[in-house]
Amino acid sequence: MTMSNLQKALNSGAFVVTGELGPPKSAEREKIEHHGHLLGGVVDAVNLTDNQTAIVRTSSIACGKILVDMGLDPVIQITCRDRNRIAIQSDVLGAAALGIKNILCLQGDHANFGNEPAAKNVNDLDSINLIRALKNMRDEQSFIGGEKLAAPIDIFIGAVENPFADPFEYRAYRLAKKVEAGADFIQTQAIFDMERFERWMEKVRELGIHKKVPILAGVIPIKSLGAARYMKNNVSGMSVPDEIIERIKAAENKKEEGVKLCVEMIEHLKTVEGVAGIHLMAVAWEEIVPEIVERAGLLPRPKFD
Amino acid sequence: MIVGERKPLQEIIKAVEQYEKILVLGCGECVTVCMAGGDKEAKETALAISVSRKRAGKPVQVKSHTIERQCEFEYLEASRKLIEEADVVVSLACGVGVQTMNMHYENMITLPGINTTFMGLPVQQGVWVENCLGCGNCVLEETMGICPIARCSKSMLNGPCGGSQDGKCEVSKETECGWHLIVERLMKFDKLSALEEVKPPKDWSTSHSGGPRKMIREDVKL
Ligand code: SF4
Ligand code: SF4
Repeated sequence: MTMSNLQKALNSGAFVVTGELGPPKSAEREKIEHHGHLLGGVVDAVNLTDNQTAIVRTSSIACGKILVDMGLDPVIQITCRDRNRIAIQSDVLGAAALGIKNILCLQGDHANFGNEPAAKNVNDLDSINLIRALKNMRDEQSFIGGEKLAAPIDIFIGAVENPFADPFEYRAYRLAKKVEAGADFIQTQAIFDMERFERWMEKVRELGIHKKVPILAGVIPIKSLGAARYMKNNVSGMSVPDEIIERIKAAENKKEEGVKLCVEMIEHLKTVEGVAGIHLMAVAWEEIVPEIVERAGLLPRPKFD
Repeated sequence: MIVGERKPLQEIIKAVEQYEKILVLGCGECVTVCMAGGDKEAKETALAISVSRKRAGKPVQVKSHTIERQCEFEYLEASRKLIEEADVVVSLACGVGVQTMNMHYENMITLPGINTTFMGLPVQQGVWVENCLGCGNCVLEETMGICPIARCSKSMLNGPCGGSQDGKCEVSKETECGWHLIVERLMKFDKLSALEEVKPPKDWSTSHSGGPRKMIREDVKL
């Protein structure tokens, strides 16, 4: 079994950095490559969202293949919203055949958020079913229905958790359940409310989850006051405290303030026990990633043969 | 109960444009209780059709009648004469009633007058909520009597998604998160650990995914 770059980075004990790339609403390979170039060498792996917020975009697996061709390590996201278990298992095989190793399992935002609100929401599996299904494909060479894969596959399974969703008391247990189901690594929802994140991490440590899997803390650099407000009011499962909105509002140079805030957050996250790295989501602002990673003291990234 | 909502009157009026003798047929069961297709609504609908046609200069004969239970052949039989006198029937029963009419009166066209919305209950006067999808394999014993299939917008089996906030579902601030309710109820009874078990994917073959369902009980067949 060969390891993905992400897996190697996590095993090395380095403070890991993953990035994110939002596939375009077009078939422009150059765009994907351009963003890939910006992130290459600056992050250890790149997430490719799967029709994020239920908006039709290029498939995450197709984009993943483009990154593989560029020598980057993609993390393809798979949601349960658009495909049933037949399509998902087939796509996992296809992704693995294309050299994609990291697969992040999500439930997926409801279709009513996106540009096809009349779509049928599939949700044949839930995100925990999906994690377990992938684990069984890899470890038992078994499909959900019980039939065997003709040959083993080599995948690294990710899951997400949102410390800002409710019921709060249940959120750390839910993470434990995802790990029990088979998650190898975790990426969290973007953190703005550090106090709540730390309360969640306390519970995570109490349950010992951070010793079982690496947890990458999600961060988003705020580009403008509008973006901050949009995330506060329109993005499902996100919590942006008023102080952050005020801080951006008061700043003369809003972009610089956004970067500063993001770097401060990363510096702080480095000190939180159980945080193995960050997941930097600068979708539609990919060009800022090198600067943030640099200013957070996280360059150069470790290299493996 | 089965909950429905009357179709917009303009839509009903348009659907019966080509007919001269119209019967609006209410049902005395669920749709009466949810105030969509009972006797009162049947009379109102008939009146609206009649007024509108008179205004358009094409007066018609419109009658209204209500059958106690439109989803059983025997009840339909009792009103045969009235039904056969009409050119068309607008049924204010749920989709099941409309189809029972079309099966029983094969030579007559029965049109739907309501949109059948869901199986649910009134939680207060004028407010109904959906709470069962008839999945064919009930799991309510595992979820403290709150259905994760019907009351979670993503029909999840293993706990709430990341969009649940303040007890509301990500789909709308008007929609309660079914999983929030389940978790709260589990905590109330000190049973939260019941959620630790990783539930396998649901077998949807017992639901509509398995194709139109039919139930045969030899013990009660005549
Ligand atoms: S589990 Fe199935 S049968 Fe039971 S209430 Fe929910 S949808 Fe209905
Ligand atoms: S918010 Fe709650 S009800 Fe809505 S999809 Fe998520 S878990 Fe289900």
